[in-house]
Amino acid sequence: MIGQIANRLILSVPVLFGVLLLGFLLLQLVPGDPAVVIAGPAAPPEVLDAIRQEMGLDQPVMVQFWNYLARVASGDMGRSLISNKTVLSELGGAIIPTVELMVACLFWSIPLGIGMGTVAAVKRGSIADRIVMALSVGGVSLPIFFICLLAIQFLGVYWPIFPFIGRGGPVWTYDGFMHIVLPAVSLGLIFIGPVARMTRSSVLEVLKLDHVRTARAKGLSERAVILRHALRNALIPVVTLVGLQAGYLLGGAIVTETIFSWPGIGRLAVGAILSSDFPVAQGTILVLALAFIVINLIVDVLYALLDPRVQG
Amino acid sequence: MSETATQAPPATAAATDDVLLDVRDLKVHFDTEAGTFRAVDGVSFSVKRGKTLGIVGESGCGKSVTSSGIMRLVPMPPGRFAGGEVMFDGRDLLKLSEKEMRGMRGGRIGMIFQEPMTALNPVYRIGDQIIESLRVHSGLGRAAARRRAIELLDLVRLPSPEKRVDDFPHQLSGGQRQRVMIALALANDPELLIADEPTTALDVTIQAQILELMRDLSARTGAAIVLITHDLGVVAETCDDVVVMYAGRVVERAPVAALFAAPQHPYTIGLMAAVPRLDIQSDRLETIPGSVPPPYAKIDGCRFASRCPVATDQCRAELPPLRELAPGHSVACWRAPLEDVA
Repeated sequence: MIGQIANRLILSVPVLFGVLLLGFLLLQLVPGDPAVVIAGPAAPPEVLDAIRQEMGLDQPVMVQFWNYLARVASGDMGRSLISNKTVLSELGGAIIPTVELMVACLFWSIPLGIGMGTVAAVKRGSIADRIVMALSVGGVSLPIFFICLLAIQFLGVYWPIFPFIGRGGPVWTYDGFMHIVLPAVSLGLIFIGPVARMTRSSVLEVLKLDHVRTARAKGLSERAVILRHALRNALIPVVTLVGLQAGYLLGGAIVTETIFSWPGIGRLAVGAILSSDFPVAQGTILVLALAFIVINLIVDVLYALLDPRVQG
Repeated sequence: MSETATQAPPATAAATDDVLLDVRDLKVHFDTEAGTFRAVDGVSFSVKRGKTLGIVGESGCGKSVTSSGIMRLVPMPPGRFAGGEVMFDGRDLLKLSEKEMRGMRGGRIGMIFQEPMTALNPVYRIGDQIIESLRVHSGLGRAAARRRAIELLDLVRLPSPEKRVDDFPHQLSGGQRQRVMIALALANDPELLIADEPTTALDVTIQAQILELMRDLSARTGAAIVLITHDLGVVAETCDDVVVMYAGRVVERAPVAALFAAPQHPYTIGLMAAVPRLDIQSDRLETIPGSVPPPYAKIDGCRFASRCPVATDQCRAELPPLRELAPGHSVACWRAPLEDVA
C-alpha cells in the first residue's frame, strides 16, 4: 500500500504543475492591474511602471510564470497586495478553520448518509425508504447558498439558537462548537443526498450477491448479515462517490464560508479574487488543488482498506 | 393439488427412526406480476442419516428452490411457502422461529453453493469467514476458533492451511474456494449437508476431487447429504437414493441402482438417453423434444405430457400421483411400469 501511496504522490506532481499554470494564466486574464491595486487608482503612470518593473510584470508571461514557479518551489509565495502579510501566513491562518469545517461536515453527514441509505435499502419500498429518498432529492436539488440562508433564517434569526457569523475559536470549546454547527450542517446537507442514494443502491446490489446468501446460510442474524456482509462491500462505491464529490465539497465550502464569514480558505479566495489580490488568489488555488489531491489519496487508502483485491 | 398430496405415499423410510430429513408435500410459490409461479409444487422425499440423496432435474425444475426452501433462504416476498412440512429430526423447520432457524443454518444443517467464485465474501479472509460461523454456533473463543478453522481447512485438504487461513478468496482457485465452502459448511459438524450443484462451476478433474472429498467427509462425520445436480453421472457415483424433479414436482424417486437399472418415468428415461455415451457411435446428441412448460402455465394433467412420447388423454387431463411400483421406487406416471417403452 505504501508503494501505491508513493505512486500517487508522484502522479500528483504533474497535476500540481497544471494547477499552477492554469491558476497563473487565469489570473492573467482577469481584469485588474496589480500595480493599480498597490498604488491606488490615482497613481501617476511612472509610479505604476516602477512597480511593474519591481514585480517583474513587464516581463513576458512565460518568464513571469517561470519566476513564479521558482519562488513557489522555494516556499516563497509572495505577499498579499492588500494586507502586505506573506501569502503563506495568510493561508496558514485560514487552513485550520477550513479543515475544521470539512471534518465537522463529513463527521456527521457521511455516517448519517450511509445509515439512511442502508435503512432505505433494507426497508425497501417502506415509508422510511420514501422519506430518505425524498430528503436526498431535496438535498441534491437545493443550492448550497439557499440551504445556508434557510439555516440562518430559522436557526439563527427566527429561533436564535446558533450564532452564524464567524468562528468562535477551536471546535472543542463551547463557543467554537456553537459557531461551527450551522456552517457544518448546511455544508453537510449537500453531501447526505448523494451518499444516501449511493449507499441505498449499492446495498441493494450487494444484498443480491451470493456471499450474502452464504452469510445467511451460516446462521448469522440479519443484523450481522447487513452490517458485516452487505454494508462493508457496499461502501466501496460510496467511497468512490465521496472522492468524486470532493470538488463539490471544496466549492461548497467557498460559498458556505463566505455566507457564514467563516475565516477559511474559501473566504480568503473569494476576498482575494474580488480585491484583485493576485498572490493570495494564486495561493488559495494551490491549496484547494492540494486539498483535492489529499482527499483523493485518502480515498485510495480507504479503498485498499475496504477491498483487499485492490492491494494486489 | 391437495388431492394429489394425500395420494402421495409417505416417503418410504418415514416411519423409521433413521430418517433425518423428511420433506412432505413442500410447496414454494412466487407471487409475481405475471401471476403465481409454482417453483416447487408438492415435493416429498426423505433422507436417512449418513446417506446421500440426489435431486436431479434440468435448470428451472425447482431443485435449487427446494434446497433453499429447506434452509428457509427463499426471499419472502416474493416467495412464500404455500404448504407442506420440512421435518428435520422430528421438528418442522417451517414452524421454527427465525432465531431457532438461525441455529439450524450453519449449525445442524450446512450448505454448499454452486458458485465458489462468488459465494465467499471477497473482503474478508477465508479463515475469518469460517471463524465467524464457528463463533456464532459454538461460542468458541477467537484463538480456539482459529485453530479449528485451520483444522477444517486441513480436513478439506487445502495445502498449508495454517498459511492459507489468512488468504482472501481472490487468492484461491475455484476448486480451492469450493474446498473452503465445504469447510465452512462442515464447521459445526452438521448432521445434514445440502450441496446445491457444488461441482457445476468447476473443471471436470476438480469436480471428481470435490465429490470424492464430500463422500469421504460424509462417511467420516456421518453427515447426510442432499446433492442437487443436473448431472446423472454425479448421481450414479455419489448417491444412495435419487429424486427426479420436473417442473416443480417429483416425477420419480428410487434407490440409485434401481433408477439406473429400470427407470420408470418417460422423463427419467429421456434424461438418461441424453447423457452422451462413448460406447455408442452417434453424430447427434440425444435430446428430449419440446421444452419445459412456462412457469405460469396452468396445467391440469401431467406436466411432462406435451413432451412425452407415450402420453395418453388421461395424462393430459389428470395429474398422476406418485405411486410405489417396487419397494422404495415410486413414479408419477399413469403409464408406468413402462417395460415396452424403455
